Amino acid sequence: VNDSFLVVLLASAIVYGTPLLYGALGELLAERSGVLNLGVEGMMLMGGVMGFWAVQRIHGPASLALAAAVGVAAVAGAAMALIHAFLVITLRANQIVSGLALTIFAGAAGLASYLGNDLNLTGAPARHTFESIDVLGLGGLPVVGPILFDQNVLVYASWVCVAAVGLYLGRTRLGLNVRAVGEAPASADAMGINVAAYRYAHTLVGGVFAGIAGACFSLAILGQWQTTLTGGAGWIAIALVIFAFWRADLCLVGAYFFGAFSALPLILQGRGWLTGIPSEVFSSLPYLMTIMVLVLVSTRFAKRHLGAPAALGTPYVREER
Amino acid sequence: MRIERRLDQPRWLSIAVPVGSIALAFGIMAIILAITGHPPGPTYRRLFDAAFFANGALTSTFVFATPILFTGLAAAAAFRMQLFNIGGEGQFYLGAIAGIGIALWLGDRGVTSTPLFVIAMIVAGALAGAAWASIPGVLRAFFRTNEIITSLMLNYVAGLLLTYLIIDSHSYWRDLKTFEGQAFPLGKVMSSDAEWPTATLGSVIVPFGFALGIGLAVFLWFLYRRTRFGFELQVIGDSQPAARYAGMRLRRKILAVMAISGALAGIGGASFEGDFAHQLEPTGLQSSSYGYTGIVVAALARYNPVAVIPVAFFIGGLQSAGYTLQGADFPSGLVGVMQGIILFCALGGEILIRYRVRFGRRTRQAATPAPEPAP
Repeated sequence: VNDSFLVVLLASAIVYGTPLLYGALGELLAERSGVLNLGVEGMMLMGGVMGFWAVQRIHGPASLALAAAVGVAAVAGAAMALIHAFLVITLRANQIVSGLALTIFAGAAGLASYLGNDLNLTGAPARHTFESIDVLGLGGLPVVGPILFDQNVLVYASWVCVAAVGLYLGRTRLGLNVRAVGEAPASADAMGINVAAYRYAHTLVGGVFAGIAGACFSLAILGQWQTTLTGGAGWIAIALVIFAFWRADLCLVGAYFFGAFSALPLILQGRGWLTGIPSEVFSSLPYLMTIMVLVLVSTRFAKRHLGAPAALGTPYVREER
Repeated sequence: MRIERRLDQPRWLSIAVPVGSIALAFGIMAIILAITGHPPGPTYRRLFDAAFFANGALTSTFVFATPILFTGLAAAAAFRMQLFNIGGEGQFYLGAIAGIGIALWLGDRGVTSTPLFVIAMIVAGALAGAAWASIPGVLRAFFRTNEIITSLMLNYVAGLLLTYLIIDSHSYWRDLKTFEGQAFPLGKVMSSDAEWPTATLGSVIVPFGFALGIGLAVFLWFLYRRTRFGFELQVIGDSQPAARYAGMRLRRKILAVMAISGALAGIGGASFEGDFAHQLEPTGLQSSSYGYTGIVVAALARYNPVAVIPVAFFIGGLQSAGYTLQGADFPSGLVGVMQGIILFCALGGEILIRYRVRFGRRTRQAATPAPEPAP
């Protein structure tokens, strides 16, 4: 049963969906505070390259090196997010253009590739990677075993993060403040909430999540560094936030949906199925599905339930309210 | 220190700020170079030498500047109206596929007239680019789907199409006859009659594509600044509700602008084939990322089509130098990082155009703010 197509597909969907999930959760937090960050792809690549660098250079037991590497990846992502935060919050630059600039600066033709070359990271396999952990020996259970109980630590941690982000935004005072900052910054300001501080903090946390997402690719999925590491996952993560109507729990569902489409070509190839159809057709499915689902959620029917923060993408200037 | 809105924007600022941003970017990059153990002074001297002053440097700069002139115009045309078409990359690929396709087809039919080749390639490239850009355009106009993500997703699809045509199939574009073509996946080479003409100025070879790009830039400037169509675009870019109340047709404008933007990028792809590549080559095309560089160019030019020309030439120079100098003692990827820093500085510098920074205590109440300028 556990080698059947559907079980393998679902288990891989979770593996491939995890970086999307981290990226989407980070973007969700930033957007809820009113900052649109289109630099997710760039931040992911920086997390990927720096996490990989750390695991190659840090000596010690595997678990320690991997934990440190994820930390380095998170810091790298946050450092990139800081540039965006400074430009759009302090200097009131256009959020769309600044986010694009971040992806161009940090991305596949920029800093990440420069660092990858300068630090000689290309081509070598990672010294340690995240291996799947059989929780309580339940990994052998039919169907649910491989899907839920035989994944790596990053996957389990992402479930904790979904719950934490959901509770934070929905059930805590701080989360309420964040939503106020994203919906009506002028009112939040009048209540004594420091709008700029909230926006900085959540943009940076968004960078942390994106950095970890990059580490998922270089340390868990591929186990190496290459400039095509993410293949547009950062952009899919941004689209995911829209599909998920700005809710953490729906991000999880969306991430695994797209994870399944990312895993599909590899599984089909591994089994030698449908070889008559060019592999490019399957490889383009995640991108085409992103477009289709975006169209679906932007129709009038779905618009009624939309949860886009009202102040998303606009700078807050106290004098001009 | 206080920041307040400018009531009027002095003209000199719109030149001084970008130039100042570039200078600041070189300053920041010098610090990064020094930290990573490369002496900034000699590195910069070699960079500029290789870009503009060495023997044959300008010819090579034109090779890099021509594609990004087109993609820069494509981005400028759309971004001006707040339509963020970042699919220039994919539209460029489609233009290249269609351009070389029609050149091969005409070559097989025995056509030898170069002007006919050039015109057919321009038209085919423009149509293919416009069609590809119209997918996000239609989705945006009729379903209000975010064009940023859809146009970007199509870049990856276009990249896969390129790979399919040359590597994974026996398509019309693939060379299956020559010895090299049977050993490696290569694109067919177009007939030498189809190669676009060049002009030689002194020792510098100027490709036809660059001249065409200048012509299109002037046309675009005229269209946006001197016609009713352009005026309406300006209004829509500044305020959509105002445009709707004035009875402007938003949908048509979105479709038209996306098509124009895609056509410009597509002509860029055709020019890339006609001027330089002469055969479809998927990996090189994808690793050059001309489409994304076009966004940098357009943003630095503040979306002014005529300003795109010198900016494309400058960035093309940097890219050409980066390519020539690539090696052990010259960090590869440096030019990409530098472009990013220049762009960040230019974005940060925008604040000086829109706002003035005053030091000291507030002396008078700020008057009503000036209207938001077109970005």
